Amino acid sequence: MFLFILRRILSIIPVLAIVALIVFMMLHLVPGDPAAIIVGDNGTLEDIARVRAQLGLNESLPLQFWHWLLRLLQGDLGHSIFIPQSVASLIGQRIGPTLSLGLLTLVVTVLLAVPLGTIAAWKRNSWIDRSLMATSAVGFSVPAFVVGYLFIWLFGLHLHWFPVQGYTPMAQGFGAWLQGLVLPSLTLSMVYIALIARVTRAAVSEALTEDYIRTARSKGISEWRVLMRHALANAAVPIVTVVGIGVALLITGVVVTETVFAIPGLGRLTVDSVLSRDFPVIQGVTLFFSFVYVLVNLLVDLSYLLLDPRIRY
Amino acid sequence: MLLVLVVLVAGAPFLGTISPQAMDPGSANLAIGTHASFNDLSGESFEHFFLLGTDAMGRDLWSRMLYGGRISLTVGVVVAVLSLLFGTLVGLVSGYFRRFDALVMRCMDGLMAIPAMIFAISLVAIFGARLSTLLVAITIPEIPRVARLVRSVVLGVREEAYVEAAIALATPTLKILWRHILPNAIAPLIIQGTYICAAAILIESSLSFLGLGLSAEQATWGSIMAEGRSQFNQYPGVVLLPGVMLALTVLSVNMLGDGLRDRLDPKFNKRT
Repeated sequence: MFLFILRRILSIIPVLAIVALIVFMMLHLVPGDPAAIIVGDNGTLEDIARVRAQLGLNESLPLQFWHWLLRLLQGDLGHSIFIPQSVASLIGQRIGPTLSLGLLTLVVTVLLAVPLGTIAAWKRNSWIDRSLMATSAVGFSVPAFVVGYLFIWLFGLHLHWFPVQGYTPMAQGFGAWLQGLVLPSLTLSMVYIALIARVTRAAVSEALTEDYIRTARSKGISEWRVLMRHALANAAVPIVTVVGIGVALLITGVVVTETVFAIPGLGRLTVDSVLSRDFPVIQGVTLFFSFVYVLVNLLVDLSYLLLDPRIRY
Repeated sequence: MLLVLVVLVAGAPFLGTISPQAMDPGSANLAIGTHASFNDLSGESFEHFFLLGTDAMGRDLWSRMLYGGRISLTVGVVVAVLSLLFGTLVGLVSGYFRRFDALVMRCMDGLMAIPAMIFAISLVAIFGARLSTLLVAITIPEIPRVARLVRSVVLGVREEAYVEAAIALATPTLKILWRHILPNAIAPLIIQGTYICAAAILIESSLSFLGLGLSAEQATWGSIMAEGRSQFNQYPGVVLLPGVMLALTVLSVNMLGDGLRDRLDPKFNKRT
């Protein structure tokens, strides 16, 4: 088993290497001189030369990749072109709000979606099930920025329950931090809840058809215990898998949600760096998000060992 | 509902619309269903019925929404077709020719590890926001998903007796792929295609909402919403109406996918 864990951890290396290659090539696929594009139309020849030297563009392509990769492995993501700061420190500065938003969304989602999906599977084809599935179809289809504005309009502008926009760091009080994040994380969790509720429903209803459920019921175990101990425990693997895959949705949503709610996080950094064409930052953020995504799915894979004792590699 | 939308969007020039770019600061922020005279900046002047009112620059919201819908639907359909095409190609190659499999699938894994939205954003940043860039940027992240689907079908089918018989009869490889293997993948591909279409519409609108989509003169549902943001407090309609339109569109495309799945996928039918 230890060997399996080690092998699984090693297996993310080629994936990350390809991600790095893709991200590296992005800048070099640009028709024309990347340095000239970065400098823009108003740049002088000296500016172009300076950027070329800064990015190491005077070397051959494989050599550039090699040097870039070496720096990457040391945690050096390069420097922003416009802000006198390293990309790594920029990401470090902005990660707080994004992490708060992401984790809170994850908690909200799991706490809502798993019970809802389980109830839907338990009371299959009842009105609860039907309305839940209809809601989840809608949740899939409404983009985060539409939901966000509906929430702002309803809860912020009309009911004044929550602040309309902005972010309060946790250092200024837990209550204020949480209050500022309620609307954004609800917005962000919409799609995610829809996805996980659907998968939970499918997985739990599949488990409920198994023989051991009938046996458990005939033993006279309470319905609650049947659902929790027998059905849900057996449905855990697909649910956790989708929680991992759904992190991609979360990352997409973060970019949009942070813009809607004016939260100074990584998503906002991404959009700003694209608008100002700050390529090292774009590359850094892309790499970072991909790394997080791969890492989460690695953890998901490893969690199978805990969730399903039958899985022994 | 989808049909209504297609008709509306295709017939945009004949449905009481004016140029989506025409603006008249004098008739800014008209309420829904106002009949007013419109003085175009170019000096033209005419009476017009503003079905959904106007935005902050006095542009007709109804016209902008219909023309914006053209872009959304185009992006959805083109991305779906392109990613099905390339994904199928990659999937066939890696499923049938085992030598390429490991290499191709690792590349696909790498592509899938980059969240689609982030990938699209970076590509748009580099190549600039033209329609063609946008299409490519949204298509590429969808390719691995299709490729995996096709590959799994190929792997399931290639050991079947009729494929082996075809190989034994020295049927040309292309013909085997086309006649014997591909038909097995058609149903799941069509279903996948509708979901990709919905996802593409969502990503396009998100990009243009973030200001990373097509240039500002082109009205898209996302960009109309983005422009309406600044006066959201007074005139929420400019933001909410295109949003509702967008949500309904994606919902109906998704429901089309669900319906197709129930009808075309016998395995799924048996389970429910």
